[in-house]
Amino acid sequence: MKIFKGKGVYGAAAAGKISVFKRRDIQVKRVKVDDTDAELLRLEAAKAEAISQLREIYERALKEVGEANAQIFDIHIMMIEDEDFNEAITGTITAQSVNAEYAVAAAADNFSQMFSAMEDSYMQARAADVKDISNRIIACLAKADCQSESGGEPVIICADDLAPSETVTLDKDKVLAFVTAHGSSFSHTAILARTMNIPAIIGLGDDFLREIKDGDMAVADGFTGEFILDPDEKTIAAAEEKRRADEEKRELLKKLKGKENITVDGTKISIFANIGSVDNIGSVLLNDADGIGLFRSEFLYLENSDYPTEEEQFKAYKRTLESMGGKKVIIRTLDIGADKQADYFKLDKEENPALGLRAIRLCLTRPDMFKTQLRALFRASAYGNLGIMFPMIANVSEVEAALELCEQVKEELRRDNIDFSENVELGIMIETPAAAIISDRLAPLVDFFSVGTNDLTQYTLACDRQNPKLEQFCDVHHEAILRLIETAAKNAHANNAWIGICGELAADTELTETFLRMGIDELSVSPSFVLRVREKVRSLDLSK
Amino acid sequence: MKTFEYTVTDGLGIHARPAGLIAKAAKEFSSEIVILKDGRSAVCTKVMAIMGLCVKCGDRITVTITGGDEEAAEKAMRELFEANL
Repeated sequence: MKIFKGKGVYGAAAAGKISVFKRRDIQVKRVKVDDTDAELLRLEAAKAEAISQLREIYERALKEVGEANAQIFDIHIMMIEDEDFNEAITGTITAQSVNAEYAVAAAADNFSQMFSAMEDSYMQARAADVKDISNRIIACLAKADCQSESGGEPVIICADDLAPSETVTLDKDKVLAFVTAHGSSFSHTAILARTMNIPAIIGLGDDFLREIKDGDMAVADGFTGEFILDPDEKTIAAAEEKRRADEEKRELLKKLKGKENITVDGTKISIFANIGSVDNIGSVLLNDADGIGLFRSEFLYLENSDYPTEEEQFKAYKRTLESMGGKKVIIRTLDIGADKQADYFKLDKEENPALGLRAIRLCLTRPDMFKTQLRALFRASAYGNLGIMFPMIANVSEVEAALELCEQVKEELRRDNIDFSENVELGIMIETPAAAIISDRLAPLVDFFSVGTNDLTQYTLACDRQNPKLEQFCDVHHEAILRLIETAAKNAHANNAWIGICGELAADTELTETFLRMGIDELSVSPSFVLRVREKVRSLDLSK
Repeated sequence: MKTFEYTVTDGLGIHARPAGLIAKAAKEFSSEIVILKDGRSAVCTKVMAIMGLCVKCGDRITVTITGGDEEAAEKAMRELFEANL
């Protein structure tokens, strides 16, 4: 086994045999010609042929990768027709009385150097486009075909670099992965690989080129950027598994993206996503979640060496709300305790941190810290559709105290003429048995409940969830937990509040039907589970 | 001659695709349309020259239009910039 490290430009994996991409390399020689007019005619004919090839490639790309990506070939045509480029070519032919091949190669060198010299890495990558069109014209001049023939079983295409037109003209069904020694992640080849969902790694270096040969076994992992030559059984199996998982995800996406979360008999629910950092928003959108049902605000505190300022928090919340473009974003206020804290919190060591000074309890004992977060949240509320929820509620008085602080913060913002939304929904986590049991008294105070099933399970069954030996005693489908959730759902609805589930059970498709029958309005799951739960919801018929 | 200024807000600047759109649009008019940036200029019918200006996000450019149909050309270019850049 030999591992080469490059840069993955599309996150997928494949295992298979290598095919080294062979370009019929056309050696361009500088040849004196007597009849420059005839040479100019040859050039025109070759350009016309190149343009007609590109039109065909454009049509093919249009079908395979969509208009936005196909446009590059339209631009290639424009580049071939570009006045400056053509003047450079015809100028060389007439002034030096040389062959068209040489003139095209010389112009291509000049123009690609112009792009390579730019400081902008995107523009540098355009040098590859200039080379691509020039090679095409030269191939047409030489009446050569610059396509590699691929036949037989699917292979991992290995090359020094691949031109966009080469990438798109390869038979997609025969390509397991694109792997190149050079190239840029801004190259159109990389963009095309991403659109075609083909694993791609670039920048593996020249050593890689020297070691590979046709027919060698290899694994290309676009997630890690690793290219593994001569892999062992285990590595191949792992790559196969990754490929299968990725395919399943794409199948789900294709089938379910943009579809409603609706049962056969017409019951609709929301499927939201849980995130722990602003960086996860991309996967929320990619997986087509209806909103964010749990934004864990802890990262702002844990990644810091001191309390995050109002401004720092405001920026992160605002960015999240804006990125979600009006979709619901529920941010949970600080949920930490002695087991998970940053040094500057200076929390005392506790015998039993799961039952200790944590979450809302900590916030209510440090009202200044809490109000900083609430101010940042309300200020950000002007930029989207915000909900705020409080964790670890066990008493009515805690909810009342938190709501009172919200009122204070809103009053201060009004006084300072700072914009905020009057429609922020306020809710609580149902994660203690106490909260579920007195949910009839809590529901009138809030707009929504969100059930945190992980803590609710550990507190209800008295099972430490960090202790693996307790697994056999910790039945996550325990009737007691389901009854508590049902009680909370009934009481929420009786008081015009809605109820969601944001713990791990929300993604448990064995329970989806049970939850829907209880009247749960929203399930919030890891981004990668959104479509799986949607699939389940769409398969259910509650009338039966 | 018509002139307008424009600040590019597209993350990649005037990259290949918009350069192609500009060149295509410019060919529709008889007026000469020129983009100026930091003392350098590019005639808009030339896609490589436009890309060669290396206009990035946040750059302020000036567009001049000279010719018989400059009014229509200015309107079209403004709309194109606003919609794509």
